Amino acid sequence: MANLALRNLTKAFGNTEVLHGINLEVADGEFIVFVGPSGCGKSTTLRMIAGLEEVTSGEVIIGDKAVNNLEPKERDIAMVFQNYAIYPHMSVKKNIAFGLRSSKLSKEEKEARILEVAGILDMVPLLDRKPNALSGGQRQRVAIGRAMVRDPAVFLFDEPLSNLDAQLRTQMRLEIKKLHQRVGNTIVFVTHDQVEAMTMADRIVIMKDGHIQQIGTPAEVYHQPANAFVAQFIGAPSMNMLPGTLNGKGLKLGAGSSLKTKWKSDSALDVMVGVRPDDLTVGKGDPIVSGKVTVREPLGPETLIYVDTPSGEVIAKASGRTPPELGEKVVLSADPANLHVFDAKTGMAVQ
Amino acid sequence: MTIAPDVPAGIRPTTDAALAAPKGKPKNLGQIIRWLLLFAGGILMIMPIVYMISTSLKWPHEVYNVNLIPEEPTIENYTYVLEDGRFYWWFVNSLIIAVITTICNLLFDSLVGYTLCKFRFPGRQLVFIAILSTLMIPTEMLVIPWYLMSQSFGWLDTYWGIMFPGLMTAFGTFLMKQFFESVPDDFIEAARIDGLNELEIWWKVAMPLVKPALAALAIFVFLGNWTAFLWPLIVTNSVDMYTIPVGLSGFGDEVDVAWELIMTGAAISTIPTLIVFLIFQRFIIRGVVMAGLKG
Ligand SMILES: Nc1ncnc2c1ncn2[C@@H]1O[C@H](COP(=O)(O)OP(=O)(O)OP(=O)(O)O)[C@@H](O)[C@H]1O
Ligand SMILES: [Mg+2]
Repeated sequence: MANLALRNLTKAFGNTEVLHGINLEVADGEFIVFVGPSGCGKSTTLRMIAGLEEVTSGEVIIGDKAVNNLEPKERDIAMVFQNYAIYPHMSVKKNIAFGLRSSKLSKEEKEARILEVAGILDMVPLLDRKPNALSGGQRQRVAIGRAMVRDPAVFLFDEPLSNLDAQLRTQMRLEIKKLHQRVGNTIVFVTHDQVEAMTMADRIVIMKDGHIQQIGTPAEVYHQPANAFVAQFIGAPSMNMLPGTLNGKGLKLGAGSSLKTKWKSDSALDVMVGVRPDDLTVGKGDPIVSGKVTVREPLGPETLIYVDTPSGEVIAKASGRTPPELGEKVVLSADPANLHVFDAKTGMAVQ
Repeated sequence: MTIAPDVPAGIRPTTDAALAAPKGKPKNLGQIIRWLLLFAGGILMIMPIVYMISTSLKWPHEVYNVNLIPEEPTIENYTYVLEDGRFYWWFVNSLIIAVITTICNLLFDSLVGYTLCKFRFPGRQLVFIAILSTLMIPTEMLVIPWYLMSQSFGWLDTYWGIMFPGLMTAFGTFLMKQFFESVPDDFIEAARIDGLNELEIWWKVAMPLVKPALAALAIFVFLGNWTAFLWPLIVTNSVDMYTIPVGLSGFGDEVDVAWELIMTGAAISTIPTLIVFLIFQRFIIRGVVMAGLKG
């Protein structure tokens, strides 16, 4: 059963259309992450689901009913904001209780529910504190608590972790994921951090300029990117793109090397050949490009090397113990099965 | 002015600099000049108050004597003023008017300011500019239409007549609008999702977040109405309806102005303003600083 569905959703501010037909079906209990560069329309989509932004055309369906014309409070959703938006003049307990205002539970049931949520979030000792006596992570937990008490059909998160420092972010990421496994509500989570997207999502929705680029599991979007944008957006460091051509015989890289691959094209086709730094090694596999090492970034277990090649700068992973010297000429190779080929004109993956 | 201990850290530097300065020896000419200016300013501000108290302790024959310390100090004036029934009524009138006007301003100014700040509707900018432009009309010009209005509605010589022009002010609306700008929309949207209606959001979420501004506005409005003179003078006729400033100005007989009594009444009438100020001062320090930052 679809728990949340977006059908041909568009949004225009004045005459500028910023979302151009978003379609998405979310199953009950699924953890969906919207990811994309700044300004691509993630927040706008989320806010339309929440009812904070009017729908220009299309439908938002929650449960089994179209909610386009319902107030936020009638939509059975809860939202966690980037800057927490917990009320500074209320104690933690009151903040959490606020989420229950429109519920029909009795006073005792509400009390029990608040304690239960506080227990799950490990906040019981902090219930009487005011928000300004809490750390950033604790504040975010209060915001999550306020959303959780309602047990909504859909949780909406808009970049809830981006105000936290790196370590706390990793920790909260894990906590939210565990929380999801425990409570099982549907979650729609917006971020522009692809690592967050990869680590938390059941399925990732990648957006750009108001269009969905691809919807898929983390493995799918990583290994079978639908287009060059997705390929470069997901994964760090980003995928190398080398110009090449595809013809009846196989793939020919700009630098000259010809490869036997599964791709063929009857008429010659200009393509971009994508290869992830992880899949490029100094050594084994078919040679792809060669050039001089210009920069080395030691990461411990491995070293990133930036290689100046005829096809432009290429990043590859080399051994952490015995990386090539600066200025050394290296040949980078890859398993042809790990290459990605995109139409140079449209950017779409070539099948 | 003492600084309350919980003044936010952000505004410390300026006040600290001012307070810390007298400790050491003056470092340079610039500093000496600055001190002298501050000193002169301080004297200028405190002198009228000192003279007010000094005069209130003098006998009538000594009033035109400029000495600060009365030759024979007396509290006779205080007993006279406090036992005089008129002053009591003026005090009550002033209090009723200032308190009601203050409460109304806090409610109406913030309601309108909030609406202008957080809602998008056609004509919003126009309404705002219209409200602001009334700031440019001096009270002296407005009293005539106010008077004609009061006359035709039968409001002359009533509390309502004294209060109605000030129940909502353009300045207060502007101040509150600016402060509501600093309330992030996320709070309002979170409350909307939590199921509050718009009025509840204003009252339960937005208002508590602008308490400093409300405190500042409360002091401004209270003081303004407590000391208002021109309009109450014009709209009231009977002695029973006078406010303190109007009443005091008429103390004495046709021949002689009883300065010692006026000063006594003025001294007594500063007490409520002191109380209001003491209650709200820790907020107003913050409020003024924040208003300054908002520009
Ligand atoms: N109230 C508005 N009026 C006009 N344009 C808007 C409004 N809100 C958003 N936009 C535009 O809509 C587009 C999408 O904005 P949105 O906030 O959804 O981006 P986002 O993906 O959430 O970006 P970010 O990662 O920076 O939060 C942007 O181009 C933005 O300029
Ligand atoms: Mg956003």
